[in-house]
Amino acid sequence: MKQVIKLSVNGDPYTVAVDPCQTLNEVLREELNLTGVKLGCGSGDCGACTVHVDGRAVSSCLTLAVEMDGKEILTAEGLAPSGETLHPIQEAFIDKGAIQCGFCTCGMEMSALNLLQKNPSPTETEIREAISGNLCRCTGYTKIVEAISAAGEKMREGDR
Amino acid sequence: MKEYSIVGKHVPRNDARAKATGSALYTDDMKLPGMLHGRLLRSPLAHARIVRIDTSRAESLPGVRCVITGEDTPKVKYGNWRLFPDTQDEYPLAVDKVRFIGDEVAAVAAVDLDTAEEALGLIEVEYEELPGVFDVDSAIREGAPVLHDYCPNNVSVNRKIQYGDIDKAFAESDYVREDVFTVHAVSPAYLEPCSAMAQSDLDGRITLWTSTQVPYIVQCLLASTLKMRENDIRVIKPYVGGGFGGKMELRAWEFCAAFMARKTGRPVKFTLSREEEFLAGRRRHAMKLYSKVGFKKDGTLTGKDLRIHLDGGAYNAMGPTATFLCGNFGAMLYRYPSYRFLGEHVYTNKPPASAMRGFGAPQSIFATETQMNIAAEELGIDPIEIRIKNAQVSGDEIPEVATVSSCGFIEALEKAAEMSGWKEKRKSLKDGRGIGIGCYSFISGGVFNWFNTQYPFSAAEVRVFGDGTAHLLTMAADIGQGCDTVLKQILCEELGLKMEDIRITSADTATTPQADLGAWGSRLTLMNGNAIVEAARKIKAQLFGTVSAKYNLNVIYDMECKNGRVYPANKPDRGMSFAEAVAMTQKANRGEPLVAFGYYTPRGKGLVTPAFSFGAQVAEVEVDKQTGIVEVKKFWTAHDCGTVVNPKAVEGQLEGAIQMGLGYTLSEQFIMDGGKTLNTHFLDYKMPNAMDMPPSEVAHIDTYEPEGPMGAKEAGEGLAIPTAPAIAEAVFHATGYRCRDLPITPEKILNGMEELPQAKSKPAARK
Repeated sequence: MKQVIKLSVNGDPYTVAVDPCQTLNEVLREELNLTGVKLGCGSGDCGACTVHVDGRAVSSCLTLAVEMDGKEILTAEGLAPSGETLHPIQEAFIDKGAIQCGFCTCGMEMSALNLLQKNPSPTETEIREAISGNLCRCTGYTKIVEAISAAGEKMREGDR
Repeated sequence: MKEYSIVGKHVPRNDARAKATGSALYTDDMKLPGMLHGRLLRSPLAHARIVRIDTSRAESLPGVRCVITGEDTPKVKYGNWRLFPDTQDEYPLAVDKVRFIGDEVAAVAAVDLDTAEEALGLIEVEYEELPGVFDVDSAIREGAPVLHDYCPNNVSVNRKIQYGDIDKAFAESDYVREDVFTVHAVSPAYLEPCSAMAQSDLDGRITLWTSTQVPYIVQCLLASTLKMRENDIRVIKPYVGGGFGGKMELRAWEFCAAFMARKTGRPVKFTLSREEEFLAGRRRHAMKLYSKVGFKKDGTLTGKDLRIHLDGGAYNAMGPTATFLCGNFGAMLYRYPSYRFLGEHVYTNKPPASAMRGFGAPQSIFATETQMNIAAEELGIDPIEIRIKNAQVSGDEIPEVATVSSCGFIEALEKAAEMSGWKEKRKSLKDGRGIGIGCYSFISGGVFNWFNTQYPFSAAEVRVFGDGTAHLLTMAADIGQGCDTVLKQILCEELGLKMEDIRITSADTATTPQADLGAWGSRLTLMNGNAIVEAARKIKAQLFGTVSAKYNLNVIYDMECKNGRVYPANKPDRGMSFAEAVAMTQKANRGEPLVAFGYYTPRGKGLVTPAFSFGAQVAEVEVDKQTGIVEVKKFWTAHDCGTVVNPKAVEGQLEGAIQMGLGYTLSEQFIMDGGKTLNTHFLDYKMPNAMDMPPSEVAHIDTYEPEGPMGAKEAGEGLAIPTAPAIAEAVFHATGYRCRDLPITPEKILNGMEELPQAKSKPAARK
């Protein structure tokens, strides 16, 4: 029996009829065509599907869609809504060479945002801890860590 | 080092913005109107005869549009070694027999995934279970169960190399040692699960979008298995989320998507789950290596006798190439006056092993390097000294293998020693700390043509336009390693244009020039780069003619194409913009498009590769002697990849290789119960995360590869090799435990320390 939920995704309102067993990942990918939300494992191990729900990072593959009624969802597509100016995290990922195959990238960015919102000047260890639930097979994480650190700096400058 | 304007400079990736914003489309991100969802039924048994399959209940489930088994297909076997049809041992869907748990038996296409999944449960398969073999020793024993009728001893391929008098060499050696090494299987574990979507065009031709490293190979093998013509198949590679060797063959879901799209007239998409990837996906070969090596007292090598059994799993996959390359890599790095190799590829009832980053080299060179470290210890020579004494140098010829052209190996060894503080640390590290070295050499693409293609190995088409832009078309497959960016850089350098001036179309078999063998064996920078340079030079020759004619220049003048201008080198004012030169050339030729093709197929470069990379890596570890847990404190790597085309891409390759090498050495493995893989999630597969990564320092050794575009050669794949022997030696230095059996686990270290002579003499001290 489908259930109708209303949710906000990247600032836009949506009304979606969902099956009780459907995940947030399926709704975002299949119904709303948000391709920045990946599915790497389906069991919450890889982090490629990370999105924010009411400002907190979650694995969208482990989140049931029916629980999302009234929630505010942010995905990587919502980081730079205009499409012209990128978010400092995205800029840093590009500039530092933190992107290779790119399959983990959007999830990494969402975990990075989760960290930087709470802790604008994290140490390297804190950054590594914050993305330890996001697996990457290409980069060895070095440039991702550098990018998050650089993004933090840029965001702090922006606040000043 | 020669200065270039774009080569060697920091250039952000072509696709970085699309990937950072989520707009880059991978295969599973795409859908077409009316698309059906496919799922595969896999064998629950490791070895069995298929007695009967009844699909009627599945077919009658509402929403199911198509169910197929091997019997419905043209039943054509395929494999990448087309030159040797006997080795083509796999059907897209099992016919008569299944040979590993996860072997594809049937496929369903339905209106949605849930229906397809439900239908799988309604397919009835009656099996007659057969005895299985799960390790190479049992598989080659007399009377062992036979996997493939054509191969009664389960050895599907062998490769021999021999040069010099090996028996004499051992007889004349002062020191000969023999060791047996075992190395385990690991997963490429790319983040993007395999996915393929097919559409049957109105005229019956097929378009397949697929997550692959080898669009051309998929096109050809899909054609043969469907009994269609190659050019009636169009393969398009969208963005790919990593491959590492695991996506370099035609696979069952690609065939099924195409076959079912034709049958139903609707697009069909298959995407694997992570469990399927771990359960049935391709893996790096487990191997058993018997190595005998001889030295003179002073550490000079006299010869090596290497035998390897590769645990190939149920099908050949890329195993024949791995077998071939194991033998070549066994003769690399050092000067062996005599060498004998026998490699045998053995079938077992496990998921097929195939290519994975290093392609036989991580295993073969683990044995080489560990034995080198043992010999250094026993001969009382420093491990780096003994390497420098025997190191290959530029100009070395290895019979049946290759000629070494550019080679920065000795410089890399010296640099790694210097960066790491090797000499001091070998003497003075505290108990429980250790430092060790491992080295590598790797190919820049292969010279061999087992795919039996009539096309050049790499090809490029360059079109230039009167607005000063260019369009590069190539079948080269960017799977995340960044070749789209690197190849554009090479074209920019040659034509004197900027990155934003170049449009690239890549990896579409219907629109890019035939052919390209794909993204494997670290081949694209050198091979495709050379093809691009050739095409660009043909374009330039025409532009130079135009400029010469316009300014009535003496034919002896050298011409340049730089900074968006075309001009005589010593009279830069008598030139014109690139755009004008193109427009004028076209006007002189009645508007004919200005297009050129370039090709590269290596010839006369030995049997293996046009160019080798080299490098050395030092690891420092701390081992907790109570728990046996190893912590790598730091890596130092010095490597020679010729001219660095894109520094951040090369660094990224190296850093990623360390993650993979670290996992291979310490944490990643398949836990098997007979033929069944027990760990099918990232959670229990344990590949290193960001917290697990030690710091690392890198030095590029400056060399120029004469065969490569602008002096470039292999970077990135070879770096997966040195980490395991470097850590193993560091663990030995720290604890006295010598690993000959990867991975290095705490249990092995604790047991190994128990068995040491000093541990036995004073057991009370530890208990």
